[in-house]
Amino acid sequence: MTIFERGAPGRRAYRLPVLDVPAKPLDELVPPRARRQGPLLLPELSELEVIRHYTDLSHRNWAVDVGFYPLGSCTMKYNPRINEAVAALPGFSRIHPYQPEETVQGALELMYRLQQYLAEITGMHAITLAPAAGAHGEFLGLLLVQAYHRHRGEEKSRRQIIVPDSAHGTNPASAALAGYEVVVVPSNKEGGVDVEELRRLVGPATAGLMLTNPNTLGLFEKEITEIASIVHGAGGLLYYDGANMNAILGVCRPGDMGFDIVHLNLHKTFSTPHGGGGPGAGAIGVTERLIPFLPGPRVEYDATSGKYRLQPAGPLSVGRIKEFYGHFGVMVRAYTYIRMLGPTGLRQVAEAAVLNANYLQARLRASGLYVFPYSRRCMHEFVCSARRQREESGLRATDLAKRLIDYGYHPPTVAFPLVVEEALMCEPTETEAKETLDGFAEALIAVAREAKENPDVIREAPHTTPVSRLDEVRANRNPVLNWRMRQAVVQKEKGREEERG
Amino acid sequence: MFLPHTETERREMLRTIGVNALEQLFADIPSALRLKGQLNLPPSASEAEIWRELRRLAAVNRDLDTYPCFLGAGAYDHLIPAAVTSIVSRGEFLTAYTPYQAEISQGELQAMWEYQSMMVELTGMDVANSSMYDGATALAEAALLASAVTGQRRVLVPQNVHPEYREVTATYLRARGLEMVDLPFDRSSGQVDLAALAKELEVAAAAVVVQNPNFFGIIETEAKQAVELAHKAGALAIVVADPISLAILTPPGELGADIAVGNGQPLGNPISFGGPHFGFFAARQELLRRLPGRIVGETVDRQGRRGFVLALQTREQHIRREKATSNICTNQAHNALMAAVYLALLGPQGLREVAEACLQKSHYAAERLQQIPGCSLAFSGPFYQEFVLTIPVEPAELTRQLLAAGIIGPLPLASLLPGEEWAHKYLVCVTEARSREEIDRLVTAVTWAVNAAAGA
Amino acid sequence: MYPEDLRYSSEHEWVKVEGNKARIGVTHYAQSELGDVVFVDLPSVGDTLVAGQAFAVIESVKSVSDVYAPVSGTVVAVNDRLSDSPELINQSPYEDGWIVEVELSDPSELDNLMTADEYRASVAGEEADGGED
Repeated sequence: MTIFERGAPGRRAYRLPVLDVPAKPLDELVPPRARRQGPLLLPELSELEVIRHYTDLSHRNWAVDVGFYPLGSCTMKYNPRINEAVAALPGFSRIHPYQPEETVQGALELMYRLQQYLAEITGMHAITLAPAAGAHGEFLGLLLVQAYHRHRGEEKSRRQIIVPDSAHGTNPASAALAGYEVVVVPSNKEGGVDVEELRRLVGPATAGLMLTNPNTLGLFEKEITEIASIVHGAGGLLYYDGANMNAILGVCRPGDMGFDIVHLNLHKTFSTPHGGGGPGAGAIGVTERLIPFLPGPRVEYDATSGKYRLQPAGPLSVGRIKEFYGHFGVMVRAYTYIRMLGPTGLRQVAEAAVLNANYLQARLRASGLYVFPYSRRCMHEFVCSARRQREESGLRATDLAKRLIDYGYHPPTVAFPLVVEEALMCEPTETEAKETLDGFAEALIAVAREAKENPDVIREAPHTTPVSRLDEVRANRNPVLNWRMRQAVVQKEKGREEERG
Repeated sequence: MFLPHTETERREMLRTIGVNALEQLFADIPSALRLKGQLNLPPSASEAEIWRELRRLAAVNRDLDTYPCFLGAGAYDHLIPAAVTSIVSRGEFLTAYTPYQAEISQGELQAMWEYQSMMVELTGMDVANSSMYDGATALAEAALLASAVTGQRRVLVPQNVHPEYREVTATYLRARGLEMVDLPFDRSSGQVDLAALAKELEVAAAAVVVQNPNFFGIIETEAKQAVELAHKAGALAIVVADPISLAILTPPGELGADIAVGNGQPLGNPISFGGPHFGFFAARQELLRRLPGRIVGETVDRQGRRGFVLALQTREQHIRREKATSNICTNQAHNALMAAVYLALLGPQGLREVAEACLQKSHYAAERLQQIPGCSLAFSGPFYQEFVLTIPVEPAELTRQLLAAGIIGPLPLASLLPGEEWAHKYLVCVTEARSREEIDRLVTAVTWAVNAAAGA
Repeated sequence: MYPEDLRYSSEHEWVKVEGNKARIGVTHYAQSELGDVVFVDLPSVGDTLVAGQAFAVIESVKSVSDVYAPVSGTVVAVNDRLSDSPELINQSPYEDGWIVEVELSDPSELDNLMTADEYRASVAGEEADGGED
């Protein structure tokens, strides 16, 4: 039942304090022509009804807290509860962004330290915490590329951003949002960037290259030093998509690989909860030559006064990209995580993430039931293919994914990356225990067997969920996107029935 | 700490993989790139130590529980029912990702569909997406959308729109070689200057932006005319709205707007030093396929049972890549959930009462503050919960005195706007969360500050 | 599946010529590869089509495909029924699912298109590769 079908007119859940100032007639304060005319059809429920409604919804939702969530490239690791507890402290959750700086020194100190930590982790010179998410960070990164070339008088000629064919969709979308033309460089047989092809593609029109390393196939770009020198040699900049930073924490750093700009997803690598799709936070790190172009404000420490302050952007800045200072609440959580793990703990995260992915891969490889397009060892995630199941039984990766749900698992990412057909992309993360991986491997093996013996049970899956497969064609042909549209559809149907009747 | 592996398990796992040492798994990373030694970070802290450290940092900040706050300007201190926090803290909502697997994500999907429905009711628009990063980026994306639809390159943004919204929009437009045109406002009423708007529209434009109430808190009583002027000139009309005010003010849909955006933080979201909040984005039906961000749609399953799925995904980056309507991927779902729960708890009557309390209390404050010698309203237009007050005291001095009185005072406009004219102008915000006693304390403190400044 | 009286392009559009006008749609093969069509973004009457360039977009639930003009010309009619019933592309690709009608600007371009036999052979090749656009 939707919330609009619950409750009763006049029912209330929340009572305001009695108005303690003299009330004036509304007409005196707001002229009638500036007031709402139409009704406001919001639900009317008691507090218990609201609680029951959302508790009911929560029971129909998968989450890391519920079970294994090996969604490739999303890093669905455990979100420590201490993060939530500290972020809720009134000293963090109940401060206004425009308070005088002297009243928010603790918040600014936390941001300053987080900037330092992230600079150290990435090997970059400066960090801005402004971006709201990874894709927002990408957009900012491309603005920085643009500003850099503008400063050198080459903005007009350097119009191309190169992205590998295995890249996340956000990379080309961000490049387009920043006004760039996207040039795709293919992958080689080993799943890395085809370096010879890259050499051919770069030139005076190259603004930069966007790269994820390890890439979306979970493979480390071994030739990264060569790639960096090719792009730099052509006058372009290197952008690091930090989606997969979890694999290399404390092991190696994008700054040392030759990247000029780095984004981090605090909600992936640094354990802040994904919240059903957001909020995230993307920090951007840059090398020294790009610092003048960063957006404002960033937090600086004034040693003389011993105070932290918000430093506005300089004259060469790309301009503001976000209200206020970014997602402070997310920063508190990421800060807490980094402090709790320390340098040793962060490295152990990468090691355990890589161990878990390789273990799961090894178990599945041994089964011989799935196709592994690359023979290399993986980093924090791997991609296998359901190509054989498609050939033998006409099943798609999506079908197998749906069947996994019946076994009690969230499926891996399917149909991505695009360079592998019928891709199943698994990222177990470091916080999962061996027996969870064993259970998941056995489920995938069982599903592959079913694919041979009883493909129909897979085609119809899932069988154990509150709803079965949903009609996406209908949802897209005749979109019903809110209660009001639904009411209109109901009215129309009623009208038709009456005509018939 | 958060890693489950025992030493025995690690060895077993390595054996299954077929290597002797963990190090071998990193063999693809050239040794020249390997970090020599450790990251230079402080050593690991226990939970107890973390509590101590963060309590100390938090305690340094003056929070709004202790200090009544008269700051607004895009982030508002409204009351948040305890049930909001309780519901959204459930791990099933908190630790889920984007609902790509609909069958096991019906809770999130339905909650988002209901959120979309509530935003449609509030804004009076036909469709709403399931959230943007914030109000400013929502406005920027609306401007890009308008340019794509009209094929025009100029977006007219009045100078009484929030300066940070203006800055962000300018950044986005500049990246694409588009132009943000500054529109003056009427210095007496504080409202959009319709004559200036009409003149700017003599040259083709993609969109006209109106913020209502605007940055100065003034209600744009002639917003409808601005929308009509835009339409007559072939431009789209984008209205930036405060969601709670829509319980009593004309919603963008009734104004004839094509797109409505804004910061949804007032709806049950903690201020949290400016983020995470969320942006809402609603539009007319005709623009549906150009909307940025995720949208949830209703459908049926194979047995004909109602269910919800991500709809119209072909607009998005994971399918359309460089041709997508936006690059947004991660959004603000959890913040939008807070808003939905808030609206469910408040209901239409509750929300109207909140809006009316903001209106009445800010007027009470304005009336009393104006009685202080030298203090006066800067604009004559009707206002909602914020107003610009001239106070003949320097910002640093006023801030100091109010803090001493235990108050986080109004916003000195000189901190956000250039020019001598703003030197003694303050944006005062009074929401339903302020009591009469707190307002009276503000009045007393300002009176002292004014007297002290006059005596000095 | 591939009517003899039509001409075909390698991008899977068909052309039906009547005098100096031509009706354009996508082939049976194209619609089956696309899956259930949920939306068609149509050009307007008066728009100019240039051979080889995209003039319409067909969307299924999870894919987006450009439709390329097999010939150049000016749009004189569009199939408005597709706005409400995009499924016509699947159900009747050669009749009710037509997309636009153009006035040909260079009829000699028709010579670059394939006959039904030629197209059938080329599609068979693609099917064998398992190739997809």
